[in-house]
Amino acid sequence: MIPAPFDYVAPTSLDEALAALREHGDEAKILAGGQSLLPVLRMRLNAPEWIIDLGRIDSLRGIREEGDAIVIGAMTPHSVVGNDPLVAQHAGLISAAVERLADVQVRHRGTFGGALAHADPAGDLGGPARALGAVFVIAGAGGMRQVDADDFFVDLFETAIGEDEILVEVRIPKHTGWGSRYEKFVRVEHQWPICAVAATVRVEGGTVTGAGVGLTNMGSTPIRARGVEEALVGQPASAESFAAAAGRAVEGTNPPTDLNGSAEYRLHLAQVLTRRALAAAAGLGEG
Amino acid sequence: MTAVEESASPAPALEKEIGRDRRRKEDARLITGRTRWTDNITLPGMLHLAMVRSPFAHARITGIDATAAKQATGIVDVVTAADLDESLGVCINAWPITPEQVTPGHAPIASDRAAFAGEIVAVVVARTAAEARDAAELVEVDYDELPAALDLKEAAAATAENGGALAHPDLGTNKSAYWVFDSGQAGTGGDVEQAIAAARTDGIVLEREYRQQRLIPAFMEPRSTVVDPTGEQITMWSATQIPHILRFALAATTGVPESKIRVIAPDVGGGFGGKLQQTPEEMIVFALARRLGKPVKYTETRSESLMSAHHGRDQWQKLTLAAGRDGRVTGLKVELLADLGAYVAIVGGGVPVLGAFMFNAIYKFPAYHFACQTVLTNKTWTDAYRGAGRPEATFAIERLMDELAAEVGVDPLEIRQRNWITHEEFPFTTVAGLEYDSGNYEAATARAKEMFGYDELRAEQQRRRESGDKVQLGIGVSTFTEMCGLAPSRVLGSLDYGAGGWEHASIRMLATGKVEVVTGASAHGQGHETAFSQIVADRLGVPFEDVEVLHGDTQIAHKGLDTYGSRSLVVGGEAVVRAADKVIEKARPLAAHLLEASVEDLEFKDGRFGVRGTDAGVALQDLATATFAAHNLPDGMEPSIDAEATFDPVNFNYPHGTHLCAVEVDTETGKVTMRSYVACDDIGVVINPLIVAGQVHGGLVQGIAQALFEEAVHDEGGTLVTGSFVDYLLPTAADTISFQIDHTTSPATTNSLGAKGVGEAGTIASTPAVVNAVVDALRPYGVHDVAMPCTPERVWRAIQGGGAGGETPGAAAPHFDESTGMSGTVDRTTGADQ
Ligand SMILES: Cc1cc2nc3c(=O)[nH]c(=O)nc-3n(C[C@H](O)[C@H](O)[C@H](O)COP(=O)(O)OP(=O)(O)OC[C@H]3O[C@@H](n4cnc5c(N)ncnc54)[C@H](O)[C@@H]3O)c2cc1C
Repeated sequence: MIPAPFDYVAPTSLDEALAALREHGDEAKILAGGQSLLPVLRMRLNAPEWIIDLGRIDSLRGIREEGDAIVIGAMTPHSVVGNDPLVAQHAGLISAAVERLADVQVRHRGTFGGALAHADPAGDLGGPARALGAVFVIAGAGGMRQVDADDFFVDLFETAIGEDEILVEVRIPKHTGWGSRYEKFVRVEHQWPICAVAATVRVEGGTVTGAGVGLTNMGSTPIRARGVEEALVGQPASAESFAAAAGRAVEGTNPPTDLNGSAEYRLHLAQVLTRRALAAAAGLGEG
Repeated sequence: MTAVEESASPAPALEKEIGRDRRRKEDARLITGRTRWTDNITLPGMLHLAMVRSPFAHARITGIDATAAKQATGIVDVVTAADLDESLGVCINAWPITPEQVTPGHAPIASDRAAFAGEIVAVVVARTAAEARDAAELVEVDYDELPAALDLKEAAAATAENGGALAHPDLGTNKSAYWVFDSGQAGTGGDVEQAIAAARTDGIVLEREYRQQRLIPAFMEPRSTVVDPTGEQITMWSATQIPHILRFALAATTGVPESKIRVIAPDVGGGFGGKLQQTPEEMIVFALARRLGKPVKYTETRSESLMSAHHGRDQWQKLTLAAGRDGRVTGLKVELLADLGAYVAIVGGGVPVLGAFMFNAIYKFPAYHFACQTVLTNKTWTDAYRGAGRPEATFAIERLMDELAAEVGVDPLEIRQRNWITHEEFPFTTVAGLEYDSGNYEAATARAKEMFGYDELRAEQQRRRESGDKVQLGIGVSTFTEMCGLAPSRVLGSLDYGAGGWEHASIRMLATGKVEVVTGASAHGQGHETAFSQIVADRLGVPFEDVEVLHGDTQIAHKGLDTYGSRSLVVGGEAVVRAADKVIEKARPLAAHLLEASVEDLEFKDGRFGVRGTDAGVALQDLATATFAAHNLPDGMEPSIDAEATFDPVNFNYPHGTHLCAVEVDTETGKVTMRSYVACDDIGVVINPLIVAGQVHGGLVQGIAQALFEEAVHDEGGTLVTGSFVDYLLPTAADTISFQIDHTTSPATTNSLGAKGVGEAGTIASTPAVVNAVVDALRPYGVHDVAMPCTPERVWRAIQGGGAGGETPGAAAPHFDESTGMSGTVDRTTGADQ
């Protein structure tokens, strides 16, 4: 498969990249790990005239601790995120999700920022980003701005990143000491989730004192299951309260029907997986 | 000069090669890709093609405008059907299953009407592949959409009168051929209708309908063809399983004499039947290379491969089984509808006929009736796919035997034992008229049960049922047999097949004592080079490393019928054995001459002719050198000990085995997880256990994939929705478990190796084992069938009381992207458009 012809530029700084983006406007596409963009080009579903490769901008890569957040550079490959001890310690939900994302090859090429910027409603990182209340740092002509996860995902494959903007990094508020579980439901291992539930829970003295729940592939964007969170906080960490809260996982969802399952089936799955994810996150086993 | 050993002690006996776990010689080059895949071939001045394909399942072509495309950079030409004469040739159907078969003509390029989505309507020729593909986008084709025949049952019922959609309106029907076998008429058994009538009054009658979903062979290497028209012969390299048959078809349909065509199948990356075809693409490359006088290459994209290389399976199977109350079967009636797709492929119509002989499987059914209607639709053509007809048959009967066991209330293995042929009864002539030469179903079953821990798992299943466990355990049985080693030429003749079933081999003893074995079988991943080397090493007593196996080139292997139907070892391997024996016999007088002994006093052992009772002897490899020099040969002897042999089998062979599968079903989500899988196969004598394990493992995964994962789905317009590997779900190692395999051995009596085919066995056996396990897990919920693939949603719906789980969602409600012409559900790739 051969893409349509395009010109290619690989800037070495963020400023140069932004300038190139401004210059070529909607004729250009940003290339991160290429794991979503290259298939699109090769299948000729899109034919941008310019490809702006972020691969040589070192400042976009890396993971650091900054106050009460873990900051992940947009160009950090999934494999690095998945093996990072800081992420595991303070945002275990991300580690759990990355472990189930695609296959080894894709995890070495694909990037954290690229996956989130792509905003596939079935992408494995959207649910965790919403459950953890991630903050997106976006660079544009006017400098940097920050967008909350709640506002970042706009629609199917659409985010708050403007046409001449670049996602620079993602700040994940620390959830140190929280339990987490990513319940990904697939037919074959290397698949995007048919439905997935990202849950992180803080239990203190047998009571749930904090909960973050994100749903993947249950609508045109990743969804934060606020109803579930509300139903849970203040309740005992028991199978009964998890089951009751899981019933609210369907709120605000609008799941697709596709080859892997009907909307009706996904509504059912979301509840089962939410119950299981909560129980596992709280250390109660499978639920 | 020839070393005649006078007193030297004889060489130590070579370790026997047959039965050894030899690593495959060919793997280093195949795995690293440092080899001659067709797409790796580059010739001076070579031109490249890109195909313009119909996006519609059925449409009249009202105009093709290639003006813009012809002006694009690097374009040599844009060609439509109108530009080519009959030297383009046609795609042939080599197996018209009845004299009345309705067979639409199949031109490689559609001229006025496209009959499936993916059919070629124009061809771009350019200096580079990239330029060809760019220009292909500029070819404007106007279509008038026509009603498409898509649903198999509806297509079978459609006529010109009732206004149903016809795949080819000029034919007036979608029905291609109706093929019947009846044991009463054939004299091989009784009358089925009587058996059914009797069972209705006193006995059991089971009526079931099963769907064999459409599958895509999905070989690893996409198809590729290079044709070089320069030189005396036109040379075609193609990623094909059938270089010899292809050469014949090219000659027969283009008018180019066979002697002027050389076809080479270099290393070929898998086929599974999917490269057993004479393809439109090959015909087009051949024609354009001749027309332009330059080498031409075409390599398909993966999407083109999934859409236009032939598909497999796709049948509705209606079965009526009559049995006594004790579960002894008294008759089986089978009525099939088989989807041919838009054209009758090279052996497409014959695939269900191959299954006709297998529905009675390992059982002693007194009466049997089989009828099959092949049907044309506006979908990709179908043809052989690993097992070709036999997996379908095996699935149906093994599912039915489980149903019968449930009806009678006995264990599924018990019901089989009440009906199977016992080992004392071989050779056994079946109700379908085949003679099974050997087998021992009792032994394979006993061994499989032991490995599986059958009784313990049944006990666990009971416990889970009683405790209402959310995860239920199911145990599936498949006691399969199959007919393979295609095929006795006479039998093929009686079935109106267009060729024979023999195989050819020659052995060339080189001057240095090395051995070249030439086979007409055409390996595409099976490991022939290793297995045949082992056979020859033993037979001629030469080191394994000294044997080179050559194949896949009609100029090197001048005769052959290629590789499919688990035939290479049992037919091709036997030809090799016979050629080797001839080499020994040709060498014997020379040995006697050099040893100054009489021929009668010689014995051939471990690669050496020795004079009985003495230490004198001469090695076969040294005799090869002696014929090269030819200084001292017996009077009148030709200076060669090379030999060739052609072997035509007298019978098929009949691998069998007992497969046991345990699955866990998550009743909350419907997800099926494999827990354990045991395969105890009887494939006769095993030449290389490692290769056999590879064939069994790969075969099992392909069969399991039909049960759980794979399905080619079309939308309402006839576009393939599963057009990439995002949607066509191939399992990987991560989706399977560690299989436990073992063998029992009843040697085949129809080849001197005692071997039976193993290429398809795993695929044939495993599908029903898995589905039986799923259904077995769910019987307490009143479930007696789950349609394939047993997706989580289907299983979940079955548990909710939804019968067999219904249609694949999304097939009926597709999302069609106007801008891309791509159909999909949520298309994982459209995002970058935003
Ligand atoms: C075989 C396969 C299986 C996969 N399976 C899964 C799976 O199971 N789960 C899953 O979640 N994903 C899966 N993916 C997708 C994978 O996660 C990709 O890595 C990800 O979607 C895109 O990341 P990338 O770095 O490759 O981005 P690219 O493909 O390079 O870019 C994707 C899009 O984002 C834009 N973009 C990238 N970076 C930026 C930036 N910094 N600022 C602004 N825009 C940007 C690009 O312009 C493009 O439109 C799979 C991919 C493949 C090929």
